Amino acid sequence: MASVFVFVEQDGDRPSNLGLELLAKARTLGEVTVIYLGKGESTNLLGEHGASRVLLADPGSRLPAAPVAAAIAERVTSEKPDLILLGQAYTDRDIAGRLAARLGVGVLSNASDIRLVDGSVETDHEILGGSMIATATSSMGPFIVLIRPKSFVAEAIGGPAPAAETLELPDTGPAEATITGSHAEEREGPQLGEAAVVVSGGRGLGSVEAYGMIEQLAKQLGAATGATRAIVDAGWVPYAKQVGQTGKTVKPDVYIAAGISGAMQHLVGMKDAKTIIAINKDPDAPIFSVADLGVVGDVHKVLPKLIEALSAR
Amino acid sequence: MKVVVCVKQIPDPATPYTLEEGTYWLIRPEAQVLDDGDRYGVEMGLQIAEKNQGTVTLVSMGPSGSGQGIRQALAMGADKAILIEDPSLRGSDALTTARALAAAIEREGFDLVIAGTESTDGYSGVVPQMLAELLGVPALTFATQVEVATGTITIHRQTADGYDLVEATLPAVVAVTAGVVEPRYPTFKGIMDAKKKPIEDPSLVDLGIDASSDQKVASIVDAPSRTGGRKIEDDGEAHLAIVELLEERKVI
Repeated sequence: MASVFVFVEQDGDRPSNLGLELLAKARTLGEVTVIYLGKGESTNLLGEHGASRVLLADPGSRLPAAPVAAAIAERVTSEKPDLILLGQAYTDRDIAGRLAARLGVGVLSNASDIRLVDGSVETDHEILGGSMIATATSSMGPFIVLIRPKSFVAEAIGGPAPAAETLELPDTGPAEATITGSHAEEREGPQLGEAAVVVSGGRGLGSVEAYGMIEQLAKQLGAATGATRAIVDAGWVPYAKQVGQTGKTVKPDVYIAAGISGAMQHLVGMKDAKTIIAINKDPDAPIFSVADLGVVGDVHKVLPKLIEALSAR
Repeated sequence: MKVVVCVKQIPDPATPYTLEEGTYWLIRPEAQVLDDGDRYGVEMGLQIAEKNQGTVTLVSMGPSGSGQGIRQALAMGADKAILIEDPSLRGSDALTTARALAAAIEREGFDLVIAGTESTDGYSGVVPQMLAELLGVPALTFATQVEVATGTITIHRQTADGYDLVEATLPAVVAVTAGVVEPRYPTFKGIMDAKKKPIEDPSLVDLGIDASSDQKVASIVDAPSRTGGRKIEDDGEAHLAIVELLEERKVI
C-alpha cells in the first residue's frame, strides 16, 4: 500500500476545507499521514476524513515554509512516502517549492486529478483556460503534487481518532522569516471560496465606483463578491477577491459575471459553477460560451434595474 | 545594494498559444514579450535600487529570440541582463529553471532577488520558493507591499482574508503580486539606452549545471466542454430573466 503525506493547514479551530478535500483523494491512494500546520486543534476530524496519523507542526510566529519544509524533508528521507499532496494555496506553494528543492525532485503544480500507476505518478492539469486537459507523468519520486481547490469533495468517512505526534521544526538559520502582525480585511457576507452565490465584476464596469453595484447585489443575494485579475491589477479591489488561474477557484451554485469578458485566466477559476449568469455588452465575449443565461447589454443599465427589482421584493 | 530581478519572455498572451506535436511544449515565436506580471518586479527593483544606491540586474532563462521582452525590461531602467539559453533547457520543469536561475544569481552576487508570483504562460508558481531554498535565504512570497531598510525587508504577505506582516534579514527572495507598485512606461531615452545595455549569455558549463527534468506531458485531450445556454439581448427588461432564473435556483 502506498504511503501518502498530506499537508493540511488549520483554519480557525479546524482543518481547512482544502485540506479535507485533499484527504478525500489521498485515502483512496494509500495510508495517510497528515502534516497539520497550526495549533493542532480538531485532529479527530482529520481521522474522520481518513488520516491514520497526524504530525503536528506549530511554527508560532515563524514563517512556516523554511522550517516546515526542512522537517518534512527529514521525514521523507527516513519514511520514504510515495507521494506528498498539498493544495494550490499560498503556504502550500511555499512549502512545496522549498521541499522540492531540498529533495531534488520536481513539483507537479495545478493538478485537478492524480493517479499512482506502477511506481509513476500521473496528474491532470487544465490548460488554456480549462479548454484542454494535459496529463503529466513523472517517475522520479517522491512525487510532490499541488492540487487545485475544489478538485475533490470533502467527505467524512468516520475513521477513528488518528495517532498524533509533534513534528520538530529545525532552525533554518538565514532562511527564517518572522510574522510580526496580521491583518484581516473587513468582509461582509460569506467567504469567496465557500459561498453558494458569487457576484463578480470585471473591466466592463468601467470604474472602481461601479464596483459598488457588485457589492450591493451581493448583499441582496447573501453572496460573496469576486473580481477579475484586470480590476485587481488596476487596484480597484484587493487580490483576495480575485477569481481565476492566479486567484481563487470557486464552484458556487450560482455565479454572476458582470462586465467580464471571460479571459482564459478567469474562466478556469469559475467555469465549474452550477449556474452561470453573464452580463456583457460584447455579444461575442467568451464568457457567453459558458453562461447558462447570457445578457447582451450594458451592466450600467442592467445591474441597477436588477438591484431595484430585488429590493422591491 | 545589488538587486536581481527574475523576468521571463513569453509568447504574447493576446495571440493563440500553440503546442509542439509529440512533446506538447509551448511553441515560442522569435518575438516574445515581457511577461506582464514581471513589470511589477522590475519596477519594485528599480525603486529599491534608486533609494539604496543600488543596481538592477535582470536574470532570465529561455530562448532569447529577438530579445524584445528583455529589452522592454532594460528600457524601464535595469542596468544589465543575464539570459540563460541552451537547447537542453527546453521543456525544463520548475526545479531545473530554479537551478539555472540560482546559479546565475549566485555568480552575480545579490542582496535582494525579486520575482513575480508565477509566470503567465506556465503557472507552476513555485520557482521563487525553490530559488530561495537553493540560495539558502528566506522567501517572502505573495507580497502586496515591500519596504527595505538597512539589512532588513518587511512585506505585506497576502493571506486568504487579508495580509500578514512578514520580516526577514537580507539577503532574501521576494515574490511580488501584480499591483504591488505602478510600473513605469519606458521613456524614449530608456528605449534607446536599452539597445546598448549588456546582455550576458553564460553557458551551462559556466554556471556549473546540467538540465534534466523527468516530468513529461503524456497526452492532451479536449476538456468536457460546457455549452452556453440562452443568450438574450437587453431590451430594458433583461433583468427580469435574471430574477426568474435566481428564483428557479432558489437563490431568492
